[in-house]
Amino acid sequence: MSGTISALLYLVSSVCFIMALRGLSSPETARQGNLFGMVGMVIAIGTTLALPSVLSYETIILGIVIGGAIGAVIARRIQMTALPQLVAAFHSLVGLAACFVAVAAFYRPEAYGIGQTGAIATSSLVEMSLGLAIGAITFTGSIIAFGKLQGLVTGRPLVFTGQHPLNAALGIAVFVLIGWLIADQNPTAFWLIFAVSLALGFLLILPIGGADMPVVVSMLNSYSGWAACGIGFTLENSLLIVTGALVGSSGAILSYIMCKGMNRSFFNVILGGFGGETAAAAGGPGGDRNVKAGSAEDAAFIMDNAASVIIVPGYGMAVAQAQHALREMADLLKSNGVQVRYAIHPVAGRMPGHMNVLLAEANVPYDEVLELEEINRDFAQTDVAFVIGANDVTNPAAKTDPTSPIYGMPILDVERAKTVLFVKRSMASGYAGVENELFFRDNTMMLFGDAKKMCEEILKSLE
Amino acid sequence: MAETSLTEQLRALAEQAQALAAKATEAAASAGQQAVAAVPAAPGHDGGQFDPAVVGLTVFVLACFVGYYVVWRVTPALHSPLMAVTNAISSVIIVGALIAAGPAQMDFSSIMGFFAVILASVNIFGGFLVTQRMLSMFRKKK
Repeated sequence: MSGTISALLYLVSSVCFIMALRGLSSPETARQGNLFGMVGMVIAIGTTLALPSVLSYETIILGIVIGGAIGAVIARRIQMTALPQLVAAFHSLVGLAACFVAVAAFYRPEAYGIGQTGAIATSSLVEMSLGLAIGAITFTGSIIAFGKLQGLVTGRPLVFTGQHPLNAALGIAVFVLIGWLIADQNPTAFWLIFAVSLALGFLLILPIGGADMPVVVSMLNSYSGWAACGIGFTLENSLLIVTGALVGSSGAILSYIMCKGMNRSFFNVILGGFGGETAAAAGGPGGDRNVKAGSAEDAAFIMDNAASVIIVPGYGMAVAQAQHALREMADLLKSNGVQVRYAIHPVAGRMPGHMNVLLAEANVPYDEVLELEEINRDFAQTDVAFVIGANDVTNPAAKTDPTSPIYGMPILDVERAKTVLFVKRSMASGYAGVENELFFRDNTMMLFGDAKKMCEEILKSLE
Repeated sequence: MAETSLTEQLRALAEQAQALAAKATEAAASAGQQAVAAVPAAPGHDGGQFDPAVVGLTVFVLACFVGYYVVWRVTPALHSPLMAVTNAISSVIIVGALIAAGPAQMDFSSIMGFFAVILASVNIFGGFLVTQRMLSMFRKKK
């Protein structure tokens, strides 16, 4: 196949990938979009296999079969609540794959037409080492993110003195090493770039707390794209550059949306240390104030007599796997003539859109699930706000208390509803370590217990 | 008096600048020739004298813009599938892996390529299938 034809096929493949993202603008076109993505990938792989330099088909097919089987099994078995850690794990693989490709290109540049061993074109060296560095950071960073989301590594931010200067020094070291590599094409410099970047990936993600993982996962998503871009520049392959840029900007936009959802700057999140003990001192008066605790029967009675209910799910719902029980409860309420809708905060859960997927899994129709801007005004005309496993995203201190760490964060105005029901395991504060003033209001009733059990009990009382 | 010396100085400066500019043009021309000589097979270089990385950069910047506008139109409800599908398509890095694994004789580079093919395949199959699973769950009210 001539170079021109393969370049054109790569172009078709790039367009397919753009269509794949375009399809996600609405749930109706999304499945078609995914199909476009698959077609694009098949074209990309087929075109590359037809290149004259690619000869060892047995090895390659073996690799694809092994990898494909592993991927397919994981994708079928994974529980939807474990989605964030799955995505983090997948990011680490892209990062590592980028590193391997960079290594292969460094040791046999002839295969990619970028020079001879020991005499690689300077621009290719720069691009290659950037791809290597970003790939390595993505690899180890994603492993830590995976560990935190899976509960293997503590979700609390791990901070130590001199952390930021150390990271800065390592970052500078990477650039110095790239300079050295360009100067004399020394393999030692190449492997040092790899090693330092691996360390940097670990250290960058460790100080970031568990609930900031939506930003981290999006950021790593972005990095995996930039790594692909770096490799694309090395190989002078526009398909890789286009795809890398698409993925890179997608991840960057998602990180931005998540940061805005918390009213925190990107750097504030990345520098870490938020949440955990340090923030516990802040917040309103706590201690022995009275809260009104209710039973499942009380909650069932209140909701059954309401005209409208808005359900506010949070990470607690995911942890308790309560989405199915919740949907059954909502169905019963609907059949009793109650209007039921769901309100989703942008940072609810551990990855962007996490709650939407869980509710969809429980067969909640997507047109009942609304975003913050769409539904926030309606709380004032709503009888019951049913908050299940969410806390900080409902805290009015974000509006009223300038000293609060969450001040300025957009919140769901559940306080405006006539009655607020909070399903919670205990009075413990949320991730930001701030006490929620709402628990002590007269129109609030706390429902203490496991989210799933509570929904099942309410369901029983409703029947 | 002061004026003349100033004019002289300016003239001297202008001459220096001219000389420098001439040198720069020379350097640029030779650099361009080198770049073209280094990549004789690169398409689209019949006459134009620029680094092929510039083409890459053009594609990159335009793709960033496309990505920006397309991604902002993605509905927030589908942000999880968006992450999964971008993850799957970023495994297009398999193109580089296939080229590395391609040569008939086995060496360090092709082994690296082989492992990269496995990793990228996990992602491709896993990413697209999990996206499909997620999207199949999104249903409208009956």
